[in-house]
Amino acid sequence: MRRANGHVRARADATGPRGLPISLDGVGVRRGAATLLRGVDLVVAARTRTLVIGPNGSGKSTLMRVLHGLVAPTEGRIDWGGLAAPPRGQAMVFQRPILLRRSAARNIDYALRIAELPRAERLRRIDGALAATGLAAIAAQSARTLSGGEQQRLAIARAWALAPEVLFLDEPTASLDPAASRAIEALVRDIHAGGTTIVMSTHNLAQARRLGERIVFLHEGRMTECTDAAEFFRAPRSPEAAAFLEGERL
Amino acid sequence: MTTLAESVRLALGLMAGFDAHLFGIVALSLRVSIASTLCATVIGLPIGAALAVRTFRGRGAIVATLNALMGMPPVVMGLLVYLMLSRAGPLGSLGLLFTPGAMVIAQTLLIAPIVAALSRQVIEDAWLEYRDQLTSLRAGAWRSALTLLWDTRYSLLTTVLAGFGRAVAEVGAVIIVGGNIDGVTRVMTTTIALETSKGDLPLALALGLILILIVVLLNFGAYATREWARARSG
Amino acid sequence: MNRRSWLVLVGWCALALRPALAQDRFIVVASTTSTEQSGLFDHLLPAFEADTGIKVRVVAVGTGQALDIGRRGDADVVFVHARSAEEKFLAEGQGVKRYPVMYNDFVLIGPKSDPAHIAGGHDIVAALRAIETAKAAFVSRGDRSGTHIAELALWKVAGIDIDKAKGPWYRDTGQGMGPALNSAAAMNAYILSDRGTWLSFKNRGDLEIVVEGDKRLFNQYGVMLVNPQKHPNVKADLGQKFIDWLVSPRGQSVIASYKIDGRQLFFPNAGSNA
Repeated sequence: MRRANGHVRARADATGPRGLPISLDGVGVRRGAATLLRGVDLVVAARTRTLVIGPNGSGKSTLMRVLHGLVAPTEGRIDWGGLAAPPRGQAMVFQRPILLRRSAARNIDYALRIAELPRAERLRRIDGALAATGLAAIAAQSARTLSGGEQQRLAIARAWALAPEVLFLDEPTASLDPAASRAIEALVRDIHAGGTTIVMSTHNLAQARRLGERIVFLHEGRMTECTDAAEFFRAPRSPEAAAFLEGERL
Repeated sequence: MTTLAESVRLALGLMAGFDAHLFGIVALSLRVSIASTLCATVIGLPIGAALAVRTFRGRGAIVATLNALMGMPPVVMGLLVYLMLSRAGPLGSLGLLFTPGAMVIAQTLLIAPIVAALSRQVIEDAWLEYRDQLTSLRAGAWRSALTLLWDTRYSLLTTVLAGFGRAVAEVGAVIIVGGNIDGVTRVMTTTIALETSKGDLPLALALGLILILIVVLLNFGAYATREWARARSG
Repeated sequence: MNRRSWLVLVGWCALALRPALAQDRFIVVASTTSTEQSGLFDHLLPAFEADTGIKVRVVAVGTGQALDIGRRGDADVVFVHARSAEEKFLAEGQGVKRYPVMYNDFVLIGPKSDPAHIAGGHDIVAALRAIETAKAAFVSRGDRSGTHIAELALWKVAGIDIDKAKGPWYRDTGQGMGPALNSAAAMNAYILSDRGTWLSFKNRGDLEIVVEGDKRLFNQYGVMLVNPQKHPNVKADLGQKFIDWLVSPRGQSVIASYKIDGRQLFFPNAGSNA
């Protein structure tokens, strides 16, 4: 894992937030004999809402992890606003929410204590995040006893409380029912409205249509499209994307 | 089988009669085994957590060695500790030989590898699950290890109980380093060994039944506590 | 809460590890299983404690191991019953002086079926010869204990080189007196035992005393202070008090008063040349 070296002062974009834009140049990830990603050139600009889509096994999760700095590319270069390592201020929500064995409020508090916020500020943010995600009533309840939808909302609340510059979401609604999924989508929109850059992967085309401003399409580890969402859904440029939209299994 | 029936009667009689001598022996057994389990936990859990969370050269060798040490014969450990604590040995000036302290040391050394090896497995499994999220939150290795230790506390309790079971049941180490001195270092298991060697088999078996009963009660208690706590906090 | 729990844990560990308080006046005596298992110490030591206020901690192992404990300086006094081994201990400079204390006797135990036809005899040497001739099952302690050393000496007196003569009939178990008696009961074998352990032994099976009363079955106990010049940690004054008490008229009478089933087990003979 690339450790954040907060003391690195690189010549970042003076007008934008730290760590953005995220630039990938020929990034590839090879693990053993398998190639998970190859030749990805991508720029994630500040305040955009990017949806990463593609069939199963196309490398969506790997790309998300590379963008967040959890996985180092084996080829190519990546930088975060000119920085060689991702700065603090990025958060990630995974497909299955990973919550600690403690109350909902304490889960959020855990993340905030790592960020070294003072107690009063932590309490304020916890209340705010729980209210925003509609979880105020279960603040004291054990996180593990919440429903799937509530747990995922809590994971988002935890990320929200950190006030991140970038929020990554890796197929966050894959295991949720439609109602819970809609709730998550609404939250994502709210967070984006607050100025956070969103990068989210999904295998749900309808969701991509609803949420995407920009679409990144992956097929067998290659990025075949990276374009404005409206354009993508009207007229995809690559045959693989076209086939995917038609619903054919690739 | 008449020996068994006679032993059960003897055991019930001993317990009902609140035999003070017997209670002293039971109390010493529990004191020594609980103390060594606690010490082994204090030593073993951090080692298990460190091995689970960090990768470094030689880690595989250490893990394999720990697993192998779980099978250390107690009598061999007893002998090694005896040689260390004997006046003729390096730590003789501590004057610990033939005291309960020596028994605690020997048992701690026996159980710590068990606690470390088993907790490593438990925490490693949890680390697989938690790793991405904890890394994303920038928890760092030290904090991650502590978090995992707390979150796996129920499974770790089973590990600790396994260690305790090993401690309270062993006789080979404590008899060598303790000397089985009446009133000082005589515990349940060494008393059973002594009564067996004196040919008083019904009494030995009765004591054995009492020991088993105590261990069963302790485990029931631990299980009940665990389930109650788990229901409360998930 | 976590931090407090850790402190409690560490506190308990420290408490359990603390060595015995120095206020307790005590000595460690390395002795043999026969003296302990016969019940003599349960009778003797409370009297000594009452008279002097000194507690005695007995580590009961075989004679060989007891002397070894003395050599390592882990005991203050050794109290065993194998004169040759004790004299060797003295010659090595490990002990200060040997005091004879008491004697009991060995008895030859055997199965009621008596394959060697020796029951009721009073000649141990003839009995051993008969056992060897009949190749009857015989259990040996095999653990360098006083009893084992005595057994080997008797084979020698019988003119039998036991190392050569032993076969499947001679079972060298390497055990203490009690466990060896257990084995003999299970195998229906002959075995040499001290009378005290036999009298308090409960798992007799089909065994009974077959030969007793021979003067050569005489079993002398001696006590020695571990040499404080070699082992400075030895509690020389307390240890010497114990020895002095044992050979004093008071100690000797306590020894004589110990009985099992109305029968005296140990015969005090301090001051003799035994």
